[in-house]
Amino acid sequence: MKHYRAHLLVCAGTGCVSCGSFKIKEALEKEIKKRNLQDEVQVVATGCNGFCERGPIVMVQPDGIFYQLLKVEDVPTLVEEHLLKGRPVKKLMYVPPAEQQPVPKMKDIEFFKHQRLIVLRNRGRIDPEKIEEYIAFDGYEALAKALTEMTPAAIIDEILFSGLRGRGGAGFPTGKKWAACGKEKATPKYLICNGDEGDPGAFMDRSVLEADPHAVLEGMVIGAKAIGASKGFVYIRHEYPLALKRVEIAIAQARESGLLGEDILGTGFNFDLEIVQGAGAFVSGEESALIASIEGRIAMPRQRPPYPAQKGLWGKPTVINNVETWATVPNIIRRGADWFSSLGTETSKGTKIFSLVGKINNTGLVEVPMGITLREIVYGIGGGIPDKRDFKAIQIGGPSGGCLPAKLLDLPVDYESLTAAGAMMGSGGMIVMDEKTCMVDIAKYFLNFLQDESCGKCVSCREGTQRMYEIVKAITEGKGKESDLALLEELATVCKDASMCALGQTAGNPVLTTLRYFRHEYEAHILDKRCPAGVCKSLIRYVVLAEKCTGCQACKKACPNDCIKGTLKDVHLIDQTKCIKCGACKEACKFEAIEEQREEAIQII
Amino acid sequence: MAGTKKLRIQDLAKIREKAKSLMTIREGEGRARVTVHMGTCGIAAGARDIMDALLGEIDKAKVQDVIVTTSGCAGLCSVEPMITIELKNQPPVKYGFLTPEKMQKIFVQHILGGQMVTDLVLAVGSETVY
Repeated sequence: MKHYRAHLLVCAGTGCVSCGSFKIKEALEKEIKKRNLQDEVQVVATGCNGFCERGPIVMVQPDGIFYQLLKVEDVPTLVEEHLLKGRPVKKLMYVPPAEQQPVPKMKDIEFFKHQRLIVLRNRGRIDPEKIEEYIAFDGYEALAKALTEMTPAAIIDEILFSGLRGRGGAGFPTGKKWAACGKEKATPKYLICNGDEGDPGAFMDRSVLEADPHAVLEGMVIGAKAIGASKGFVYIRHEYPLALKRVEIAIAQARESGLLGEDILGTGFNFDLEIVQGAGAFVSGEESALIASIEGRIAMPRQRPPYPAQKGLWGKPTVINNVETWATVPNIIRRGADWFSSLGTETSKGTKIFSLVGKINNTGLVEVPMGITLREIVYGIGGGIPDKRDFKAIQIGGPSGGCLPAKLLDLPVDYESLTAAGAMMGSGGMIVMDEKTCMVDIAKYFLNFLQDESCGKCVSCREGTQRMYEIVKAITEGKGKESDLALLEELATVCKDASMCALGQTAGNPVLTTLRYFRHEYEAHILDKRCPAGVCKSLIRYVVLAEKCTGCQACKKACPNDCIKGTLKDVHLIDQTKCIKCGACKEACKFEAIEEQREEAIQII
Repeated sequence: MAGTKKLRIQDLAKIREKAKSLMTIREGEGRARVTVHMGTCGIAAGARDIMDALLGEIDKAKVQDVIVTTSGCAGLCSVEPMITIELKNQPPVKYGFLTPEKMQKIFVQHILGGQMVTDLVLAVGSETVY
């Protein structure tokens, strides 16, 4: 391996790629060649660095300098100043909100400082398409240990004692699942990696697959040895082309190097993996539906028990774990159950990855120890809410989860606390909402998603999600009745009690938590016909203030629906019957002559 | 490179050993950090040749944990080309008026051997010494 004095680690996760990071990489390579530095400076494409808000990102090592929001035009300066003359370029560094001085080093940036990387330890550090780089950072060491020094029972015990719980949502102890499957007599046994990540705004699994695919592979081979499986499947949805590509490359490299296939590492152990592409139905993330999908059937859940550990893929014992769970396994085997269980809380061990999105300054992917408070995530790592607005709620756990209010910001993030609060760990999506978010509108959004994604097998879910959606939609349109709230609660409860899979069982959560913590917003919509956040279009209207209007016609030109009347220098008028409430007129007006009215608007309409 | 060869347990350690420089640099920690001062003055005085000599020596010695960085003018333009060597837990040492030959001597004696080349040393310690 060649010795380069400096490494430029260009983030090539999906977020940065969509901001043009491959163009940055190309420009860097060109400029480095032009300066004749190609033999001493290496450019590397890495997986998602996590700070997606600031992409494209380039990290310069060994100096630890973090460059962000790069443009192709910045590249010549960066190369000349930093790499040739050794002067890090201040204007390309990160400046925290409300501060003037840039923070040059990645380790000093708030966003990174409080994170604890186990699963994401290789993010932004290795080229995920090069197996040697994974091996260089202790990759496949755990596999070697598991195959030569440990019995299947010892591996299962190690995972059991570590306290690892499934990272896909429900939090079932991974070791117990493995033990249950391990003692089954039927063969062959199968392993599945569930990469069918479908929660809106969640991209943890995608990032792990993109940034460190070999970690997932290594975890699966270790699991195979533990339960005695010889074949496994990695299920990835087709919307994740980069993850698919990197896993394909990783599997090919691992096979070529004898880390998959027959006689792995010369120990006589056989195991191979295959990729299955998911078509993108949300319910496929449910384990029995996912198994059906691999078997070539429609992705519909079935009644459990028997659980997949007893009767899974093609009726054979199967262990199905989430991407993040598999990627955690090698770390536990390599460093020991004691080390892992020393992190986190009494019942939730280790770390968890969250995708932090919505109304937050530092959008991105974070890995934090279990038990951290929501406040630390939102205000510490996340840098707070933009535009000096107030925090209103945080949605955790996707459509199965719930919205937690500001008074719960000091809640520790662990499986039990979140469930008690009405949300759930889920796979790790966190959507931050500010004061301009309408909670009834949010409930409507998730219900619409769920009624669309319900497979239709259980009446309670198929009909329940649709009826709940209709009721909430009517409330946002000012057609709500006082009795609606009790009906919603009843429907949500029935859906929970009578549905077979987690999709239906948790479908009521978005309604129940918003009702529990933001009931006054529902009441404002129903009783006052008012949307306090000014989001629900039927409950707001735009009017021209005659005393301020100069008749400049700017609003008239901006209106996409031709509903503003008025001649030059005359006061304009908005035709309320035609107005689509897009707000374009308000934005176009230079004289603040257009007002958004939220009070009792319904009477005027 | 892993190449097309099937790996055995002991090969993993070999790959790790070969890739040590990669880890050193990606982690930003090594046994020594050498800063070549490459301000306009340094470059004009021949810092490029010093850099080439240093990288050549590292290659020749096959050491993997020496970090090479560049920096701007150190403020003593008259003694360029200049380097600063920081061994782990030791104060930085500056050398001036360098030539590729002197660089070679410093590399072998100081960076590899841990002994300062006293007749070439400009200063020991951080900037406040001046």
